[in-house]
Amino acid sequence: MSNNATTGAAGPSSGTGLPAGVDLRAKSRPGERVITVVLRLSAYASIAITFGIVAALIQPVIEFFGDVPVGDFFAMEGKFAVLPLVTATLMVTVIALLVAVPLGLGAALYLSEYASKRARKILKPTVELLAGVPSVVYGFFALTFVTPTLLQEILDIGVGFTNALAAGLVLGVMIIPTIASLAEDAFSAVPHSMRQGSYAMGANRMQTSLRVVFPAALSGVAAAVVLGMSRAVGETMIVALAAGALKNFSLDPREGMQTMTGFMAQTAGGENPVGSIEYNNLFAVGMLLFVITLVLNLFSISFVRRFRQVY
Amino acid sequence: MSSIASTTAREVTRSLATGRNKDRTPVSLIFLIGLWFSLFFGVLVLVALIVDTAIAGAPRFDMELLTNYTSIVRPETAGFRAGILGSLWLMVFTALMAVPLGIAAALYLEEFADSTTRWNRFVEVNLQNLAAVPAIVYGLLAVAIMALMGFSNAGTVLGGALALALLILPVIIITTREAVRAVPRDIRQGSLALGATVWQTTWRQTLPSAIPGIATGTILGLSRAIGEAAPLVIVGLAGSVLFDPTGVMSPITALPMQIYSLTSQSREELRQAASAAIIVLLAMVLGLNALAIFIRNKFQRSW
Repeated sequence: MSNNATTGAAGPSSGTGLPAGVDLRAKSRPGERVITVVLRLSAYASIAITFGIVAALIQPVIEFFGDVPVGDFFAMEGKFAVLPLVTATLMVTVIALLVAVPLGLGAALYLSEYASKRARKILKPTVELLAGVPSVVYGFFALTFVTPTLLQEILDIGVGFTNALAAGLVLGVMIIPTIASLAEDAFSAVPHSMRQGSYAMGANRMQTSLRVVFPAALSGVAAAVVLGMSRAVGETMIVALAAGALKNFSLDPREGMQTMTGFMAQTAGGENPVGSIEYNNLFAVGMLLFVITLVLNLFSISFVRRFRQVY
Repeated sequence: MSSIASTTAREVTRSLATGRNKDRTPVSLIFLIGLWFSLFFGVLVLVALIVDTAIAGAPRFDMELLTNYTSIVRPETAGFRAGILGSLWLMVFTALMAVPLGIAAALYLEEFADSTTRWNRFVEVNLQNLAAVPAIVYGLLAVAIMALMGFSNAGTVLGGALALALLILPVIIITTREAVRAVPRDIRQGSLALGATVWQTTWRQTLPSAIPGIATGTILGLSRAIGEAAPLVIVGLAGSVLFDPTGVMSPITALPMQIYSLTSQSREELRQAASAAIIVLLAMVLGLNALAIFIRNKFQRSW
């Protein structure tokens, strides 16, 4: 390893881009073999984690469906019904997106089209700071400020102590940076020649932003929104604290309702022995959550790939 | 498209005739104000959050907050010693598990793997997906791993750190790869031309050059881990513990866990304590974030 002079030719393998050229056989290095294998195994650990998640979920889920008919799980009412949790999750997610999509895209447009290089260097980390705030803190804020002070006193909306509205609003603030960051990448990837063409036609910056840059970056924008949606569906502490702990099949955001993640947090924090039906129910809901976010993530990834290939 | 062309053409004529700046039309200004608003809305919320919480927790900014245990008997002097120590222990063990593994994986994918093969593309999509898997699912995975290792109680330093390490591993891999990719090829080629092997080049040239970027990613990952409560709820960390952690199998609590369990308390003193604890947690998390941004700006090199 230490004596480079006697190495002869290094035989760079694939990945570094050097053509092999004349084959001067490199000295065999068993130590490096080991290192390469260790590195390779570390990389494959990520695959192992994915399969680990599926494996971890599957056994309790099979046990669960051994005790509870599938119809009781995908039902509107009942002890094991999951549909009220799904509709509540959907409700909170939609409210969150109504907040985060316009604000996130607006911030992204400003950063990519209006801000100078120096301003962007300061403003971007400031927006990203929002993602750094722990979600339990946002949950506490929703419960102790947004619901009693903002919604009940200032706006005078008759919301309950826990409600989907406050949870959704705060969740929306939390995912602004997710959407803004990915959308800004997409806007910045639009080639300058397109903007210059627009300016040459006499368009101003607003017209260029809205009619040229935005449509050109549409698949990137879609990726950002879908990823934000996935984040909102999976976020736990805000909804566990602010949305409520009662299964509620309602379309009124002023009422308290329990989401999938809220249910999981409550069940895990409660007194349910490992292996009981209630405990296995937790894994069944977890499996559904994993599948939903997996589908959303794959959509987002494929949108990103599309916008990278356009230009 | 013709409509855009004709409107813009009309506008050119007008602006040439009047000499007025096209960016100053009322609509454009309103649009710009809207963009400014969306940029600063989040910051406004953050300021409101910090001010509101700081006012609520103001009576409790004393040393007892850091040195006492949570007390139900005397809630006015309740402290977060167990949570703060627990969070620090979790951080150390999370870093020990996630950082070496993450860097090794990133180096393999960036320096050794052939990124054109289908298998490696699969690894890549998988990583992107893992970065967006809900945190709470990693809690379930950690419970299952602990059960496989034969521990029935996952609410320990090991169980908590395992969940957090799994959670931040994709973040560390992705940011490390970006840092490694930013190191110019010339440096590697120079090293290879002198006869170094790929690993020697990676270890002696590429890795040292990428350290600021790796540090930034690691710190961001750890700051996410320290604030996360959802997987810890699933692995069954206690909401309140009245002793210091003593080893990897010691039951602990963490600061976010304590805040979570205190929110359901109706007593005013405990709420106050929770608000003060939030300020402590925010100071830790935002401090780490600031450190990461500082490192990025200070050591960012352009070759």
